[in-house]
Amino acid sequence: MNNKMRTSFLAWPYALWVLICTIFPLFYILGYAITNDAGKLTFANLIVIADPVHLKSLWLSVQVAFITTVICLVMAYPVALILHNLKIRNKSFIVFLFILPMWMNFMLRILAWQNILSNNGILNNILSAVGLPTVHILYTKYAVILGMVYDFLPYMILPIYNALSKISDDVIEAASDLGANWWTTFTKVTLPLSKDGIISGIIMVFVPSLSSFVVSNLLGGGKVLLIGNVIEQEFTSARDWNTGSGLSIILMVFVLLSMGIMNKVDDSENGGMLL
Amino acid sequence: MTRLKKCTSRLYLGFIFLFLYAPILVLIVLSFNNSMSRTVWGGFTLQWYANLPTNDTIMTALGTTLRITLSSSILATILGTSAAIGIHRMKKRHAAIMLGATNIPLLNADIVTGISLMLLFTRFTSLGEFSVILAHIAFSVPYVIFNVLPRLQSMSDVCYEAALDLGATPVYAFYKVIWPEIVPGVLSGFLMALTMSLDDFTITYFTKGAGVNTLSTMLYTELRKGIQPELYALSTLLFLVAFAMLFIINYKGNDSKKEVTN
Repeated sequence: MNNKMRTSFLAWPYALWVLICTIFPLFYILGYAITNDAGKLTFANLIVIADPVHLKSLWLSVQVAFITTVICLVMAYPVALILHNLKIRNKSFIVFLFILPMWMNFMLRILAWQNILSNNGILNNILSAVGLPTVHILYTKYAVILGMVYDFLPYMILPIYNALSKISDDVIEAASDLGANWWTTFTKVTLPLSKDGIISGIIMVFVPSLSSFVVSNLLGGGKVLLIGNVIEQEFTSARDWNTGSGLSIILMVFVLLSMGIMNKVDDSENGGMLL
Repeated sequence: MTRLKKCTSRLYLGFIFLFLYAPILVLIVLSFNNSMSRTVWGGFTLQWYANLPTNDTIMTALGTTLRITLSSSILATILGTSAAIGIHRMKKRHAAIMLGATNIPLLNADIVTGISLMLLFTRFTSLGEFSVILAHIAFSVPYVIFNVLPRLQSMSDVCYEAALDLGATPVYAFYKVIWPEIVPGVLSGFLMALTMSLDDFTITYFTKGAGVNTLSTMLYTELRKGIQPELYALSTLLFLVAFAMLFIINYKGNDSKKEVTN
């Protein structure tokens, strides 16, 4: 026990760091949100969310984030499952292949999707070559969703894969020994035991897709205005830091609310760590 | 039946990899494209690779990016590893508070983190390369902590205490007993911090101030002017370096695993 006290001092610099670089900034943004540019207390910056333009973009953001998260989950779970069942030696290598794209500049990768999706782009060339109808989705919200699924898919795959690798093979074997078929084993054993990974994945995808503004700028062509775009414009072109902070606080509340809902679903007690 | 299942799963993995790597293929092809336009193929050329070293805007941005990424991920690894060791030794209640606070940058939207740090920095220091480094440490430390902490939790304290009982100094006992156990976690934490920092746009964008540009923010501001094709060449090279590194680490990792099992 004595030992415990002795080495915990190693976390003190970090505690100070958290205070200055995590807690303080949040109070700062709150401070800006509830004052006007003369420094007087006001709730006007929070009420602007009721403005139809802002409400519309918030609603669109929630829709886009929700659809992105669902698509990512549906695409990622089989990937994680297949990876987990893969019987090869260099499994970590395959896992790293999902992180590797991040080493190519994020913005360039999204721009490359413009090339792929544009009206006479690569995808449509391929489609018309094999005689299929072409698609015209660039600069619509569908392109934005595709870009986000592309960008955030690894954040869904990795936590689910990690959760799956913690399940002991014995449990799966026991299930099949006791007569469960593949489907029953999956729904009664594998799926419930990987719940923590699913929840981490959902959070890691939902939050950034709710707040991103770059993907919607590049693939939405300025026509898809998400709440992140509104906040960015308040800080850059409108130079209204108070309104921008107010909207950021609203966004935070939304994130916290969805977190709360997720925690309701997640009744396990071993929470605390996201990754 | 199992053969069919194997086939479909391989096919599905292939499809996912195609989806993830298609834009990268496009960028690699564009780096050899003898045309300023992104949509026209003008023949094969290496001129963008040749022009790269003399392109000052890109080289300056690359330098800034590398300085920010390396310094922030190294500092985040040091801060995060010592934090993880400290948190591991804390009383449960205190540890829970620290972990809760550590989750904040992960749960917060990037744009909110970026803006809140910008508000803090403009009040107390000025925006520049230094503020970006601080901001990058802020969002990458949690990745280090959450990679190191599970390693600590899965090892027993008995060995460390035995080492102390046998007369080792705490530093020596740490180096001989704890360090070898946590080093994979430290390494993967460092790699994640590096990747996150390299891939970040939003937080850099808000905390950088005028005049400082990483590759991402430079691209964003020059978007209307059109992309300099040298950028395709540079990112192809960066990607290849990362790929090569991955290969080397992979083989090294395999070797060390063999040593442990033997």
